[in-house]
Amino acid sequence: MMTRWFSRNVRDIGFLGSILRWVILLIFLIYFVIPMIWLLIAPSKATIQFSNLNPLAFGSFAQYIAAWKNVFSYQNGEVFLWFRNSFFYVLYSLLGSLAIGIPAGYALAILRFPGRSLMLWLTLITMLLPTSALVLPLFMELNLVHLVNTPWAVILPACFFPFGVYLTYIYYSSSLPSELVDAARVDGASEFDIFINIALPLAKPLLGLLAFISFNANWNNYFGPYVLLNDDKLFTLPVGIQTVLGSTSALQPGFNPNPGGIHFQYAEAAVAGLIMIVPVVIIFLLSQRYVISGAFTGSVKG
Amino acid sequence: MANLSISVEDQPVKKVRLSSSRRYRNKRAGEAYLFLLPYILFMLAFGLGPGIYALIISFADYSSGLPRYFAAGIKNYLTVFKDPRFGFTFKNIGEFLLISVPIGIALVVLLALLLHMRPGRVASTLRTLFFIPGAAAGPAVVLLVIFMLTPNLSPFGFLLKSMGFKAFNDIITPASLAFIFLIMGFFVGAGMWIAIQYGALEGISSEVMEAATMDGCNAWQKALYIKLPLIRPYIIYQFILIFAGNVQLFVEPQLLSNQTYIHANVPLVWSPNQLAYSFAFDLGNFGAAAALALIMLLIGLGASYLMVSWTGFFKIEN
Repeated sequence: MMTRWFSRNVRDIGFLGSILRWVILLIFLIYFVIPMIWLLIAPSKATIQFSNLNPLAFGSFAQYIAAWKNVFSYQNGEVFLWFRNSFFYVLYSLLGSLAIGIPAGYALAILRFPGRSLMLWLTLITMLLPTSALVLPLFMELNLVHLVNTPWAVILPACFFPFGVYLTYIYYSSSLPSELVDAARVDGASEFDIFINIALPLAKPLLGLLAFISFNANWNNYFGPYVLLNDDKLFTLPVGIQTVLGSTSALQPGFNPNPGGIHFQYAEAAVAGLIMIVPVVIIFLLSQRYVISGAFTGSVKG
Repeated sequence: MANLSISVEDQPVKKVRLSSSRRYRNKRAGEAYLFLLPYILFMLAFGLGPGIYALIISFADYSSGLPRYFAAGIKNYLTVFKDPRFGFTFKNIGEFLLISVPIGIALVVLLALLLHMRPGRVASTLRTLFFIPGAAAGPAVVLLVIFMLTPNLSPFGFLLKSMGFKAFNDIITPASLAFIFLIMGFFVGAGMWIAIQYGALEGISSEVMEAATMDGCNAWQKALYIKLPLIRPYIIYQFILIFAGNVQLFVEPQLLSNQTYIHANVPLVWSPNQLAYSFAFDLGNFGAAAALALIMLLIGLGASYLMVSWTGFFKIEN
């Protein structure tokens, strides 16, 4: 038993190397995980307990449930509506961005055509454009076609996903063996056939990666929906939650973390944070399964 | 060892047979444009178009409230340069870039390589745990910053106290802000990049790894001499995005300065992007905001250009 553990863990890493590896990994595990555990426990505490109790102590289940109820009962459960909005906006954005981006990234990596380098630079430039430069023009543009304050105002811009196009480009240019493509061309396959029958099946792990990146980016996007939507029935979760917190004045100017003077609800703010996090974790786990079990192994050659 | 690194570069160079028939070549190019068409349309509508409009706005005069196009000339750019906060914010962001880009990339690659020494359930669990903070947004991050960095309230309290910090405001000082933003940004952003680099490592051909094992490479040599060179394109990509993204740092300083109790130590405008928002939404000067946004874009692009031309990143081997 011990020897098997040893041979699996130490073997070619070395004894000291193994220790070094685990020390580094554990330090970062603590850095990433302890705050999340704290956040998970936070709703169980009454405001005063945030300073009375040990930071990682559990308050009470009653308080935990009360905090969730407080958030969910806001405006007769508007949070559920926002959750549904967010989910569908993000889902449509995801499907759109993959359908548009994967063929584009593939073409940039595998096909040769005039303007290829220009497209790569334009992709890079648009990817690096600051949101502060885009917000006003985007608003005016969508306003012109009467899409402001509709779900499309959030979905359509998110379908443009240069980050994913770039990642697809790198993936195919480093992972798709050109002999495979050449062989198919010699056999008379059209570029479209090659894409569908060879490139797409190879892209399974890439799809997983892109899916969670796109999901995460759009799920957390606050500024776009905040500017482009004004009907609270259309709000996304981040925009909606911000209005809840605004109306209860938790985390707003004037709040005071001083033990004596706390009178706003940290517990509800923590719940709001957790509602945002849980779906992303689920998507991440699903997409990781894709990445691990996919046909990723063995396609990159030096 | 030298042998091995050569053998990696010695792999057969990709060859693409180009047909001599021009018509055939044109048809192929036509097909490429079909693949790209939807993307080009969306790029025009939601990237390039708004970007060009921002460029036009940067030359527009907003002093009367409504834009008068091309009336401002380079006045907006001069307004930005002359603003007393310009030098301050760019000095801040310069310091931030100097520490955040190398440290951020080195740690992400290190963690991905360490995890990938033993792929499997443990590695994938750790990777997931590293990623979870990336899902935390706005309110949760503010809560976490306050409670993690207040020595009396934090699970890391003993550590903070042992470093001589007694109160939140001992930690958040003007001198430490760049470092604090690095800690916050890495906490939220590193997991995604670790997953991307790990995905890249998963893509390395098993034949290459087996050959290295045969040659007697240990795990550290494999990581350093085989895996690291093979994920180079992904590291360049990360550099480009992290550099440009960090030039545009906004969320972290904004979250901290929003709290009345914190901002004694956090200036309301710390980064250039905050200055851009301040031009737009405090002063109504959209022209200057656009000018500053484009200056930030240029800095990011300059760094990318150097990186791309230095590494030959866009070339397809022919």
